[in-house]
Amino acid sequence: MKPPPFSYHDPSSVGEVISLLGNLENPKLLAGGQSLMPMLNMRYVLPDHVIDLNKVDGLSYINENGGTISIGGMTRQRDLEDSDVIKAKCPLMHDALLQVGHRQTRNRGTIGGSLSHLDPAAELPAVCAAHDAVIVVQGPNGERDIPFAEFPIAYMTPATEMDELLTGIKIPTWAEGHGYAFVEFARRHGDFAITSAAALLEVGEDGAITRASLTIGGVGAAPVRMSDIEQALIGQSGDEEKLRELCEAGREIDALGDVYASSEYRQHLATVMSRRALVKAYDRATGKA
Amino acid sequence: MSGWKVFGSRVKRLEDPALLTGQGRFVDDIILPEMLHAAFVRSPHGHAKITEIDVEQARSMDGVHAVYTLNDFRPHLANERLVVGLPSPAYKQELDRPTLADGEVVYVGEPVAIVVADTRYIAEDAAAIVIVDYDILPAVADCRAALEDGSPLAHSTSPHNILAQFDMGYGEVDAVFESAPHVYSESMWQHRGGSHSIECRGAVSFYDPTEDLLTLYSATQAAHTAKNVLIDMLGLNENQIRVIIPDVGGGFGPKLVFYQEDVSVVLAAKLLGRPVKWTEDRREHFISTTQERDQFWEVEIAVDDDGKILGIRGSMIHDHGAYTARGINLAFNSALIVSLPYDVPCYYMDVVLAVTNKVPVTPVRGAGHPQGIFVMERLLDRAARELGIDRPEIRRRNLIPTEQLPFTKGLKTRGDAPIVLDSGDYLACMEDALGRVDFDGFPARQKKALEEGRYIGVGIANYVKGTGRGPFETVTVRIGPSGKIMVYSGAAAMGQSTHTMLTQIVAEYLGGDMSNVEVVTGDSSVVPMGIGGSASRQTVTAGSSALLAAQEVRDKALKIAAHMLEASEEDLEIEGSEIRVKGVPDLKVGLGQVAHAVAGTPGYALPGGIEPGMEATKNFMIDDLTFVNGTAAVEVEVDPETGKVSFVKYVIVHDCGTVVNPMIVDGQVIGGTAHGIGNALFEWMGYDESAQPITTNFAEYLLVSAPEMPHIELGHMESPTPLNPLGVKGVGECGVVPAPAAIISAVENALSPFGVHIDQVPLRPPEIVEKIQRAKALAS
Amino acid sequence: MGETKKISLSVNGKSYEEEVEVRFHLADFLRQQLGLTGTHLGCEHGVCGACTILLNGRSVRSCLLLAVQADGQEITTIEGIAPSEDEMHPLQEAFRDNHGLQCGFCTPGMLTTLIEFLGDNPDPTEREVREAISGNLCRCTGYQGIVAAALDAAQRLREAKGA
Repeated sequence: MKPPPFSYHDPSSVGEVISLLGNLENPKLLAGGQSLMPMLNMRYVLPDHVIDLNKVDGLSYINENGGTISIGGMTRQRDLEDSDVIKAKCPLMHDALLQVGHRQTRNRGTIGGSLSHLDPAAELPAVCAAHDAVIVVQGPNGERDIPFAEFPIAYMTPATEMDELLTGIKIPTWAEGHGYAFVEFARRHGDFAITSAAALLEVGEDGAITRASLTIGGVGAAPVRMSDIEQALIGQSGDEEKLRELCEAGREIDALGDVYASSEYRQHLATVMSRRALVKAYDRATGKA
Repeated sequence: MSGWKVFGSRVKRLEDPALLTGQGRFVDDIILPEMLHAAFVRSPHGHAKITEIDVEQARSMDGVHAVYTLNDFRPHLANERLVVGLPSPAYKQELDRPTLADGEVVYVGEPVAIVVADTRYIAEDAAAIVIVDYDILPAVADCRAALEDGSPLAHSTSPHNILAQFDMGYGEVDAVFESAPHVYSESMWQHRGGSHSIECRGAVSFYDPTEDLLTLYSATQAAHTAKNVLIDMLGLNENQIRVIIPDVGGGFGPKLVFYQEDVSVVLAAKLLGRPVKWTEDRREHFISTTQERDQFWEVEIAVDDDGKILGIRGSMIHDHGAYTARGINLAFNSALIVSLPYDVPCYYMDVVLAVTNKVPVTPVRGAGHPQGIFVMERLLDRAARELGIDRPEIRRRNLIPTEQLPFTKGLKTRGDAPIVLDSGDYLACMEDALGRVDFDGFPARQKKALEEGRYIGVGIANYVKGTGRGPFETVTVRIGPSGKIMVYSGAAAMGQSTHTMLTQIVAEYLGGDMSNVEVVTGDSSVVPMGIGGSASRQTVTAGSSALLAAQEVRDKALKIAAHMLEASEEDLEIEGSEIRVKGVPDLKVGLGQVAHAVAGTPGYALPGGIEPGMEATKNFMIDDLTFVNGTAAVEVEVDPETGKVSFVKYVIVHDCGTVVNPMIVDGQVIGGTAHGIGNALFEWMGYDESAQPITTNFAEYLLVSAPEMPHIELGHMESPTPLNPLGVKGVGECGVVPAPAAIISAVENALSPFGVHIDQVPLRPPEIVEKIQRAKALAS
Repeated sequence: MGETKKISLSVNGKSYEEEVEVRFHLADFLRQQLGLTGTHLGCEHGVCGACTILLNGRSVRSCLLLAVQADGQEITTIEGIAPSEDEMHPLQEAFRDNHGLQCGFCTPGMLTTLIEFLGDNPDPTEREVREAISGNLCRCTGYQGIVAAALDAAQRLREAKGA
């Protein structure tokens, strides 16, 4: 299982990358390599050119500014996991990252790579969906923002044009003390999620939910925001039985079937994981966890 | 162990320093001058006729030295097919693998051509442009469907899809079942997957024209078998081929088999006059290394009102795969093993091995024992539940009591030898396990958990396994003038600490200094015959031969030393590398000097009229298997909403007779248990309806990783066997045998509030959820 | 030979200047071009972990890196863990004392992963050790000896530091 022949490029600026993307036939971008390299080794992809992003300046950063966290596309998952900013301001991402692969894959894997690859079972796309993140891409015509809801356009296909590079992610933060939980069902520690649920809650003094975000991952080409459930949650308390009832709507979700699980099983898990995520998020919001 | 120098102690392994510092030498580490690399073109279809193979483009690629098909090899093969099946009267047809595909491919992964190039990268580039024209034929994808009328033929030249059929039994089964007060029947699906040693297969071969010697380095479990097959297939004599086993990264059974790739690599090396290396990659391991797969059992148990077994009968269909790469032994073992630790007055099992268009099936660690044990334990659980008898109690009533050992069972081994349970206390073992898992306190724990909305369960399984398969394993112990003790054997090391084991045994009798012993195994040139590593046999066979050889060398050394020191033999002792008079340490002679004395000097007689040489070669003969036993007791928690199973406690109490090194024994049992947990809950080698493999990487096929493993609590009993001078039994496969039965029993127990019945292994979370949903629907 | 590139890197403290094919992965480069065969290949798709090495102190799968990506980097392999030829690292000693290896094929990845982990977590729980090696598959040991070795090594390293 050895990679096929290709031409190798290691640009040092975003401009160079965009130029290469515009000029080369059949290129592939190499970020952390944790998804592309297995595909190359197994010859599932046969690019004529590999553009290595690891020497490009200025794409690795985690900044927080007035309610938005800005993350560079080449920021390693490991650095996000260790980041105090992320732990404090986007704890959902931290929660999710602990379940992303293994130490070795997080040491190399990048957030930009994961988002561009858009594996249905990946955790970071679900976190971005949950937070209504904005994906920043750069192309020959400059920079543009893509709201995450518009980012996945088909199975493992992002809205980035052929000559565009994902350079950053902007994440609007939630109020301090908000509840969060990333819950997934995987066969083994670190495996891709068969089904995941990402919950964000803001809860008032009286215990009533004032804001809710619920995202199911692993079921299809894009993580799914359960907007009906989100609306129904407003004004609810964290009563588990009520949550169970509301989360039944998850059974209607379109879910893929594959060697890991049938669509029925994923739908079933959607109801279970979403309830568990909401319970956990509620407990965190009300200081019980 | 009191009085022993090194035998029986937790001595540190000799294998470790090299392996820990990256100085191991595995087959892919072997780099020879001028070495070339091979890749194989493999069938992408489960069943197809080959109408044409066009290698021209591939052959002319830069860096490619050769592309060979069977036609190219034909003139150099005395036999084209690997005829390796163990003998049996049960075969209905002979299906032997051709060296490379012979006009028809019958499984995805079957090798069609070998490409040899400067690098593996180039070889794969070239393999991708070998053009093979296939006429796709219908594939047999299910071993039950294979036997139905109108099924396509897995081989177009076969009369049918039955590889073999046999039955076994004793007693008046029909009459017993007619009159039995209670008969319970079960249908079970059992599946085990591949070996997945972390090192895949591999071979390096080169031809030395000066010596007229072909050498094969192979990650195999049996050097002499490999040698003999090559002699047969290439028309060689014993001096023309040498097989050497380097460090092997795990074997677990499939590396015992000899493969088309091995012959192809050797031939390519001969024809090209340059060393050729082939390293199997993981995808190839999934589709071309032998594996275990499906068995479908229809079984019945007849019991009396007290749960005493009156008889067991049934039938089983076994997926054999496309060719015979070993024999019928796996299916045979499964049927043979069912009743082993229990008193079963009559028994009958009918077995059909079906040919399918999938990778050939041969034993993986456990070799049919997990399946047979699973059948028995599930039947007992069923009977217990139906009769309202405690699961341990029904076993107490049927386990063969230790006072009745040695106990002759009603069935014979494949070599037609009687099965005699030699030693062990099965009841005491089970009681120990029950105590450790606090089986008695469990109902209260379960009730409390249920009140908290948690589902926990406990399960037990008893096993007996035949080990130490004969007929022998040669060991030569030799002391040369250097004073170093050399040990040579046809045994094969693959991680199970063979060198340390042999060193402990030999050193014990020859001075106690393990650093003065050097072991050479797995080299077909150092001993004339060998069987190799399988069936947990080498401590019994090679260990016993080593003991006898060491004792004989010791006796001889003392005799000569007595002569040289003018003392009597009883007054001498061997300490380190010296023989000295007890209590008079200055009166001594070195082992080397003693060896020198019998090496012969021209014109001088040997002392005391003795035979020359300080060595002994022993083949301790073994006809009977020696039987280990044990009990696994497991407590699990099941999440009924997701179907996830997690372990609360895992206990295994086992008895492998005399223990050479407790640390190594523990490692074997725990390692086997991990494999068994994989078989119970995780591992499934999946194929679709066209016999296409659908789990071909480690993301799709799940091996247990550290967080899924419980901490294993081990209990030990030691019932030495009278069948060999060491009293040892094999231990390599013990852990894997009871795991599926105990775990499934525990899961079923955890889900008893739902009335779920489990008749399959592996059992995955979606299936658990589905079974609960179905049981709920039935109840309402 | 296909497209090549010149790289300079340091492996186990030694500097190398090599020309390598751009599609060669790092594991093959270390094993075949530098002759450091201690790093093993078990799957070549990033799951088994036998190929794990330390890249600038961080554990990574060398089968998922192109050799050219190691240009300018510092690599530690299993061959570089022992402080000298006569002395093993406490982690290696602990593996030997606790039967943390049988066939030894997964061991290179286990050691490098644990070197990084114990450096970050000097006093881990058993659970944390198991999760740390969740990306390293072993078919022989059942992991128990490896976990015991890691905890033993952690203690030895703490004592050495405290002493």
